[in-house]
Amino acid sequence: MKRLLLLGDEAIAQGAIDAGLSGAYAYPGTPSTEILEYIQHSKYAKENKIHSTWSANEKTAMEAALGMSYAGKRALVCMKHVGLNVAADPFINSAITGANGGVIVASADDPSMHSSQNEQDSRFYGKFAMVPVLEPSSQQEAYDMMHYGYDISEKYQVPVLLRITTRLAHSRAGVVVREVKKQNEMELPKDSIQYVLLPSNARKRYKILLGIQPSLETESENSAYNKYFEGSDKSLGIIVSGIAYNYLMENKNENNFSFPVLKIGQYPLPLKMLEKIAGECDEILVIEEGYPMIEESLTGLLGKGLKVRGRFDGTILRYGELNPNIVASALGIKEFKPMQVPDLVVSRPPALCGGCPHIDSFKALNEALDGLSSGRSFSDIGCYTLGALPPYESINSCVDMGASITMAKGAADAGLVPSVAVIGDSTFTHSGMTALLDAVNDKSPITVLILDNETTGMTGGQFSPANGKIEFICKGLGVDERHIRVIEPLKKNHNDNVRIMKEELNYNGVSVIIPRRECVVTLAQKTKEKRKAAASK
Amino acid sequence: MKKDIIIAGVGGQGIVSIAAIIGYAAVEAGLFLKQSEVHGMSQRGGEVSSHFRLSDKEVASDLIPQGKADIIISVEPMEALRYLPMLAPGGWVITNSKPFINIPNYPDIDLILGEIENLPNHLAFDADNVAKELRATKSANIVLLGAASPFLDIDYVKLENAIRLIFGRKGEAVVNVNLDALKKGRDYAETYQLTASI
Ligand SMILES: Cc1ncc(C[n+]2csc(CCOP(=O)(O)OP(=O)(O)O)c2C)c(N)n1
Ligand code: SF4
Repeated sequence: MKRLLLLGDEAIAQGAIDAGLSGAYAYPGTPSTEILEYIQHSKYAKENKIHSTWSANEKTAMEAALGMSYAGKRALVCMKHVGLNVAADPFINSAITGANGGVIVASADDPSMHSSQNEQDSRFYGKFAMVPVLEPSSQQEAYDMMHYGYDISEKYQVPVLLRITTRLAHSRAGVVVREVKKQNEMELPKDSIQYVLLPSNARKRYKILLGIQPSLETESENSAYNKYFEGSDKSLGIIVSGIAYNYLMENKNENNFSFPVLKIGQYPLPLKMLEKIAGECDEILVIEEGYPMIEESLTGLLGKGLKVRGRFDGTILRYGELNPNIVASALGIKEFKPMQVPDLVVSRPPALCGGCPHIDSFKALNEALDGLSSGRSFSDIGCYTLGALPPYESINSCVDMGASITMAKGAADAGLVPSVAVIGDSTFTHSGMTALLDAVNDKSPITVLILDNETTGMTGGQFSPANGKIEFICKGLGVDERHIRVIEPLKKNHNDNVRIMKEELNYNGVSVIIPRRECVVTLAQKTKEKRKAAASK
Repeated sequence: MKKDIIIAGVGGQGIVSIAAIIGYAAVEAGLFLKQSEVHGMSQRGGEVSSHFRLSDKEVASDLIPQGKADIIISVEPMEALRYLPMLAPGGWVITNSKPFINIPNYPDIDLILGEIENLPNHLAFDADNVAKELRATKSANIVLLGAASPFLDIDYVKLENAIRLIFGRKGEAVVNVNLDALKKGRDYAETYQLTASI
């Protein structure tokens, strides 16, 4: 029996590899990034030519995986929860086309928004698409579910969504691994128009998807991941899903109680099990990480009949990540009075690294905009979003990847001239290119700063698909060459950089400034590696 | 046997390495463990912590409940105080006394150290300085791990083995420096315990 110490993310990766994976596709995003990184570092994956390079965004990742599935092989797509918004179109439609080789979409939610713009719950996407959803409570289950997930994906010819949350993604535990399965041989779909979603065929395919729903529910009913634990005290029945199960067990170990417990790890919800617990208990408590999704399906719109407690009635806070203490208080367990944090302790918000190229870009931008009314810099998501905080306070928005350019354009359309967009290199190729095309076609008076630190910094310095391509992309999209300016964000160039920014702010059309200097963190890593390589020669 | 440990500090101070070393040592000792850590945004100079749970039985929660941590190991003194609500009555705080000041409103360090002095069970010393004396400025985290090692219920040899395993690919010199750092921390704690028990 081989046991590995793995993060939840790594357990997913190892599980996929061992289940006969042929290709993984992803765009980085906390807390999902380590899934693909693990596959990239796996010797077995390399030797067996498992695809593992980064995609430009989540949509391209999802579609490439669908192509691999079309060819009969097993594919994995990984992303953070908001990535599923970007991939939503192919994801929802992949339920209609169905899968040929198994497809698992791993989406990592971030309740409490440790590193995110929202705390949306991916399970709703699974329900929306009408595909099976798996929700592990432990690293071992995450590993095992990959094997099971690919099997049901191929059995029912449907993609499967695997939903985890931050805590499981970034928590390590021992995982017992199985024998590695061989990859599938290439085999195209038997029905040559399976993937042609012309209305006539799409209607047929949709009926197939509707047709398998009862079987998916039976599968849930019999699944090892949905468990009913009998209990003698029927005053309360507890329904618990995902990692919340661990918090419940922590409390059970300390304060023995004997309520019946229904542990959910697979959706669609197992109706018979729900009927049983609702039938035999006076009251139901639902403990789920994320939105009150199970709770809402139990109460319905009017909430008549069943007595259900959870996030809606305030038994559990409506937002945020769960923990053992929140679950204890939901169970009515007397709160322990902890020591207090002394008043003098202050928070330590994240900040740009010393020497970060973005610092010089923001200093120059602030000076170039001096004299204009404030509130005209639309920005995006990346390390540079920290430019919203003091001492820079250089940017006025951060919504979703790519929104800087499009929002600047819209604001310019409304008369805010000049409008500025500040976007990172990786974000630009993720979702900024089509935005720039709109601006070029409309001759919008905007100045776009593409901060090129030659990496995807925020998530740990992954390869940036934009590397070495930015000027050419801008030119190709129709930006006037004279208004594509590459600068080096360094203190010694400050005055020149301010002058160039001012010139472009005065230009009545689309201009692009590319401050280019490598992220100091990846630069230090590379220098270290080079030195090591030189030393070993 | 059960040990719940909070490892605290600022992003980039080597919290993850401390956790990895205890992790390998625990696996070698055949213990169950769960260890959750912070990745992402806060790693950029923000506050980070790792919850480490060791037991001879299966561990349920990935997070330590409030008031249950047996030990707080902190690479930074203010960060040690931030996690006091996690500390069990009778729990130990092992912390660096050297502040890491990357914010404009960092409190008066004497007040911080005063708060630590008031804790019943604490061990606070300048681990940066110990590391500097060893010419291993980056190993303050390992010095602190050494100082915490008598409280961990893990064989010291297993911690050494873990250091060999983890730093092995960086070459022998790095391994040795970290073994020295571990030892110096350990010695510090043992001397302190001796004087404390007199
Ligand atoms: C749709 C979506 N996918 C992924 C992320 C996670 N994410 C946030 S910032 C970022 C990297 C941005 O890289 P870049 O634009 O090059 O800026 P840098 O951090 O290097 O400054 C990623 C991957 C996200 N927030 N939204
Ligand atoms: S990781 Fe790189 S891009 Fe991000 S703040 Fe640090 S130096 Fe800047």
